[in-house]
Amino acid sequence: MGIFRHSGSPGKIPVLTDDSVKKRFRIRNGHAVDPASGLDGVFDILVADGRIEDILPSEAEVTTGDEDVDASGCYVLPGLVDIHTHLREPGFEYKETIATGTRAAVNGGFTAVCCMPNTRPVNDEPAITRYIQKKADTDGSCGVYPIGAITRGQSGEYLAEMGSLVEAGCVGFSDDGRPVMNSLIMRRALEYSRIFKVPIISHAEDTTLSGKGVMNEGLTAVQLGLRGIPNAAEDIIVARDIALSELTGGRLHVAHVSTEGSVRLIRDAKRRGVNVTAETCPHYFALTEEAALNYNTAAKVNPPLRTRHDVDAVREGLQDGTFDAIVTDHAPHHREEKAAAFDDAPPGISGLETALGLALGLVHDGTITISRLVDLLSINPCRIMNIPARLIRVGAEANLVIVDPRVEWVVDASRFESRGKNTPFEGRLLKGRAVRTVVSGEAFACR
Amino acid sequence: MKKDLLGIHALTAQDIEHVLETASGFKGVLERDIKKVPTLRGKTMVNLFFEPSTRTRMSFELAGKRLSMDVANVSIAASSVVKGESLLDTIRTMEAYGADIVVIRHSSSGVPHILSGGVDASIVNAGDGFNEHPTQALLDLFTIRQHKGRLEGLTVAIVGDIAHSRVAKSNIYAMGKLGMKIRLIGPPTLIPSGMKLLPGVEIFHRMEEGLRGADVIMQLRIQTERQDGGYFPSIHEYADLYILNNRRLAMAKPDAIVMHPGPLNRGVEISSDVADGESSVILDQVQNGVAVRMAVLYLLAGGWASSGTQAAQERFPS
Repeated sequence: MGIFRHSGSPGKIPVLTDDSVKKRFRIRNGHAVDPASGLDGVFDILVADGRIEDILPSEAEVTTGDEDVDASGCYVLPGLVDIHTHLREPGFEYKETIATGTRAAVNGGFTAVCCMPNTRPVNDEPAITRYIQKKADTDGSCGVYPIGAITRGQSGEYLAEMGSLVEAGCVGFSDDGRPVMNSLIMRRALEYSRIFKVPIISHAEDTTLSGKGVMNEGLTAVQLGLRGIPNAAEDIIVARDIALSELTGGRLHVAHVSTEGSVRLIRDAKRRGVNVTAETCPHYFALTEEAALNYNTAAKVNPPLRTRHDVDAVREGLQDGTFDAIVTDHAPHHREEKAAAFDDAPPGISGLETALGLALGLVHDGTITISRLVDLLSINPCRIMNIPARLIRVGAEANLVIVDPRVEWVVDASRFESRGKNTPFEGRLLKGRAVRTVVSGEAFACR
Repeated sequence: MKKDLLGIHALTAQDIEHVLETASGFKGVLERDIKKVPTLRGKTMVNLFFEPSTRTRMSFELAGKRLSMDVANVSIAASSVVKGESLLDTIRTMEAYGADIVVIRHSSSGVPHILSGGVDASIVNAGDGFNEHPTQALLDLFTIRQHKGRLEGLTVAIVGDIAHSRVAKSNIYAMGKLGMKIRLIGPPTLIPSGMKLLPGVEIFHRMEEGLRGADVIMQLRIQTERQDGGYFPSIHEYADLYILNNRRLAMAKPDAIVMHPGPLNRGVEISSDVADGESSVILDQVQNGVAVRMAVLYLLAGGWASSGTQAAQERFPS
């Protein structure tokens, strides 16, 4: 089914049309890195009719008539893929729409997103899945792969019809935003999903333990007089789900890992050969609980920002391969919702437009290589969700991102394409960002 | 503390001393036959309470009236105002009515802090969530000094539900800044582990250990409505372990004083013979509350540079 349709559909909001380059063009002189294709060097990449027509040594003659995109000093990477995005449509269009969310994705260097099912109504039946896809076709600026709910209404009680949801286009299942607290239901989900070979994505939170907590349990919570959520609330469910994955052989993917304990549990499970993959988010390697000081609701997120100790463990997990993916957990909210008492503000961070800049920080400080960054933000996410890889290879659909690793910029949410301006990174100086995102052969300028 | 009093956390030891000294002056006013001075005539105070309160609200109201302020009381069910914009709209409305000082109580921590940036009026925190209740700590310190003649070096035992007590939090901050020794006594379920990282704090779980040699014993009210449940098996067992009775009082220094922020759960955290006994200074706390709040209102209304003693004596000699 044609997820990528970008020419002339009514209602579609084109990204940054004034500066977009269409049809046939040549990305000149960029440092192409695609570990999946064994590519690492300076090349010219010729894009035509939506596909990569040729990859040439950069000194080759310019064919007359080709438009030029100068990528000197930049990386050319496989298009980024975010497998944990909240697009909010249907039901919460005041927070974000498929149009604005995918524009934000493209602006951040992403060529596809997997959208979580906690919409209104919940994506727990094929009609909703098809609605999302139809809106993505008409309004979307990048690929949209829906994730279905594990249980009907995300109530944690009865399995959703996974078969018909997969048939409609769901690529995985999650009750994200809340856990499947009933261990038997989680067991059944992991067992049953084996028919379709799709991942069960675990929002790991023991809600009986996290209770009414609104931030990490610790000194900062004491100072602010706010109820805490201990690391154990996450660790317990990660341990449980690993055990259930071992029991059932189901494909477990652990969402938004925030704790040192979870990193250790996942590392150990992988060593033992358990069928588990894991993701973390930029805010878990770039921020600590102290970001919530002064009741900064932009730093309220679930799971909560943890301590330096946890941040170090997450970075270690990114380095040693414990983590397969960096995801945004892009969770846009309306300004008024966040302008509330810390207790009342909804958790979540608008993350699509800062993720790459923050991940490049890991490259700059030597935590990971650029090739590992491609693994974490493109190759592995596609593998986890079993969606088409973004290859830099002759004949492949052209889904690329041109990244300038040198440019310094200050995060300014008012410039986000996303409706969600809720970022704890406001004012932060980042180094490196997407300058062009190529989606199905169409190049968009990022800002 | 120039525009607002949001918490003790942001104050220095000198700020605290300054409030206490100013309060001494106003205490003199309260001991006169006519307990009213025109100091803040023409100024308006609004008590904006999103959580029920009788004592604190009345104490602020009296403090304002003794200073000749115009005082309005507004009670709003917190549940009807959950969004920050609405909170800001509410307080801006108060300001538009001419409020110079808005006293706020709210069940969520941080609400006074969020609102303080949105208006020019002075904000006084009268209790926010589990965070702070700064005027209560100030009146507690005032009362301790009244009876002990000093603060530095004293050992204070704070007993009970530390986790859910903004009174304890503000006192811990204040006492830490003033060089007092703080012993928190309560079940581990009601003392957050982060507390031990605060300056001056020692943690005990048995009264028998924590009360030994204490100069001051501050019993906290068990706020049953704040319990999510499971913090202790029963009120009966809690009372067995943590009630302050004469037998336990005898473990402290012979001249130890007993405090309680009220209202009392007699027979739960404090026995009647202790509450009504010679060591109890509970009613002094109530009286001093008005003087301390007068001092806070006076200082916020622009008198920070001079003390209340001067204000009371120079302008209105008795």
